[in-house]
Amino acid sequence: MIPELGQFALLLALAVGVIQGFVPLIGAAKGRADWMWVARPAAQTTFVFVATAFLCLASCFVSNDFSVLYVASNSNSALPLPYRFAGVWGGHEGSLLLWLMMLSVWTLAVAQMSSHLPQALVSRILAVMGLISVGFLLFMLTTSNPFERLSPVPPDGNDLNPLLQDPGMVMHPPMLYMGYVGFSVAFSFAVAALLSGTLDATWARWTRPWTTAAWTFLTIGIMLGSVWAYYVLGWGGWWFWDPVENASFMPWLAGTALIHSLAVTEKRGAFKSWTVLLAIVAFSLSLLGTFLVRSGVLSSVHAFATDPKRGLFILIFLAVVIGGSLALYAWRAPKVGLGARFSLMSRESMLLGNNVMFVVAMLSVLLGTLYPLVLDALGLGKISVGAPYFEAVFVPLMAPVVFLMGVGPLASWKSALAPDLARRLRWAAGVSVVAALVTGWVAGRISLGVASILTDLWERLRPTATQPGLIGRVRQLPRSMAGMMLAHLGVAAFAFGVSMVKTYEVERDVSMRPGDTTELSGYLFTFRGVRDIQGPNYDGVQGLVEVTRGGQPEAVLRPEKRVYRVQRNPMTEAAIDPGPTRDLYVSLGEPVDAGAWIVRVYFKPFVDWIWGGCLLMALGGAVALSDRRYRLKRRETQTSTTAAGVLT
Amino acid sequence: MKNIRFVLVVFCLMSQPMSLPAQARDAPLAAADPAIEARMLRIAGELRCLVCQNQTLADSHSGLAEDLREEVRAMLRRGESDEQVQRFMTDRYGDFVLYRPPVKATTWLLWFGPGVLMVGGLGALVTVLRRRARLPDADFEPDDEQALEASKPT
Repeated sequence: MIPELGQFALLLALAVGVIQGFVPLIGAAKGRADWMWVARPAAQTTFVFVATAFLCLASCFVSNDFSVLYVASNSNSALPLPYRFAGVWGGHEGSLLLWLMMLSVWTLAVAQMSSHLPQALVSRILAVMGLISVGFLLFMLTTSNPFERLSPVPPDGNDLNPLLQDPGMVMHPPMLYMGYVGFSVAFSFAVAALLSGTLDATWARWTRPWTTAAWTFLTIGIMLGSVWAYYVLGWGGWWFWDPVENASFMPWLAGTALIHSLAVTEKRGAFKSWTVLLAIVAFSLSLLGTFLVRSGVLSSVHAFATDPKRGLFILIFLAVVIGGSLALYAWRAPKVGLGARFSLMSRESMLLGNNVMFVVAMLSVLLGTLYPLVLDALGLGKISVGAPYFEAVFVPLMAPVVFLMGVGPLASWKSALAPDLARRLRWAAGVSVVAALVTGWVAGRISLGVASILTDLWERLRPTATQPGLIGRVRQLPRSMAGMMLAHLGVAAFAFGVSMVKTYEVERDVSMRPGDTTELSGYLFTFRGVRDIQGPNYDGVQGLVEVTRGGQPEAVLRPEKRVYRVQRNPMTEAAIDPGPTRDLYVSLGEPVDAGAWIVRVYFKPFVDWIWGGCLLMALGGAVALSDRRYRLKRRETQTSTTAAGVLT
Repeated sequence: MKNIRFVLVVFCLMSQPMSLPAQARDAPLAAADPAIEARMLRIAGELRCLVCQNQTLADSHSGLAEDLREEVRAMLRRGESDEQVQRFMTDRYGDFVLYRPPVKATTWLLWFGPGVLMVGGLGALVTVLRRRARLPDADFEPDDEQALEASKPT
């Protein structure tokens, strides 16, 4: 009954989605307020139906309904409850439903929080989002139905892939998709503005908080994936340049560029068409990422040919969405004005320089990800493009970005006079040169960023005649400014963590009998043997490693090796003692002889700064979102519209 | 980056050597020859495990990867160079096994594309900005003084 209910809800969502996609669009074109009015209730109804379908699938998982093919292939009655719920997005069909769910959440949010926008614009935005959801609904209903029944009903399910049975699975995909799909809002704003021909600084102001919100979610999503890989793969890597990772990283790079160019467009009205193009590109990359991950072309281009229906659908959908929006762009964008004037040496120019670098970095990742696929498809040979390529190409591209991050925020808008910029930068530059001389180029660039943020902060917070109190000064600091500083500090912390781990990580593979010790970077690791353990759906062994430092106990680590009962593949669960200056990381290898085990011991200095930096970036995004500018505007316009409503 | 000396000094200060308890045995390294092992891992870190889903030969636990790692160890013990090991792998499995694709006609675009993009992108930016600078004031919109004022430190 429940699977059919879910299926029915999807069909209803499709029907309402079609209304949401077309009626307001036609209404906006013809100027008919009653047709435009449809957008909001239609968006709310679509949300209700998609949420119903989502809850139906979740309920099938929770109640172990193995008559549903998707549940039977991705769950098992012994699977713990949180993972049964997370199993909803453990496979292809459910991932699409999660994608759609997130799109409905964003659409609802736009519908509820856009009372200050002109009606024609809102209806167009909601219509574009409705059309996207129609595409995904058609895809699910024709090729990837999660509610398909299975007959005969198997006694038990095939279990969730053991790699996915982890707290990371509960949090990482929803956050990631929330970010991915969130760029659909900026995309819809862009398409709506192009359709209506009203592309101005106000457009940028309305788009900005939505873009920042999506970017914040995406940052957290990528970070969670990285942490997860770090502890589950057993050797402490945190980024692999895997095509699946690149698929989420490309929208992030484009989104980061978009955030910066939105700043130029909002403040100065300049480069509007470029900003709109970036909004289109960021969401197109989200779609492309979904295509890459979901069509199976990544494992092999031939997987595409064996199941052409799915791949073909996404390809056509991509062509329609990306091609259509770019065609619209080519038609409408040239009519957009120039914005305000600024000189070559100005914050505007530097932000645009940042844009060029981020877009080039994004295109390089795209090139490296697609190149082997294209080469293979053309029959020109099979190659692999992996971490060595991306490190050789990507890292040098980011170096000027970190440098610009140090200089840009201190340059004034409109025109930054060289002597003035030099005066404001003198302390930061001094610190940076010393750091570079003492420790090397990377440290020089990182400290330039940190020191220039501190300079900026000092200039804004030092006591003045009118406002001597520090607290008052802090209150006066605009939230968007504070957010930017936090995010930039996050970048510096991230870069610091990456450099430290890369340079000073120590690892050792030892063969340990109970009682054996090994010393690494001042920490003494004593192996106390292993014991058998039984989990809810796995058996395994758990090692016990005591760590002391200078004779004082430091940590007790319990690395595990598990074999999940259904799918029988062995899994490594590393044990980590995290700390602000280092992680101690121990994983169990294979048993060798007479109670001895291969034990991998790692000393990873400052590795947590990598994710701490990402968290700071996301926190910066959240702080910027809370800026009064966005809230005030809304309240002001709300009161003015209600006042106008009373008058008429 | 290679020599963050200051930090190194701090680390050395933090980690005083300590005396081991008398009965404990210092665990032997898992590898018979640490130097060979390190070289093998460095080489295997840039090779693809052919039976895995995008994993390096160094990280993979598959049987084939174990065998190939042993093969590499044996070659290194015989005194063969890194290049010889790489050639052995590409002779057997083709360029597909290399995570760092070789530079040749079919990969020129891959290797030089990013550089060309960067030069082209920055060039385009400079051109656009200079062309803008030559335009008369009348083509531009007036400054939003309020927005400019708000971002200035007082």
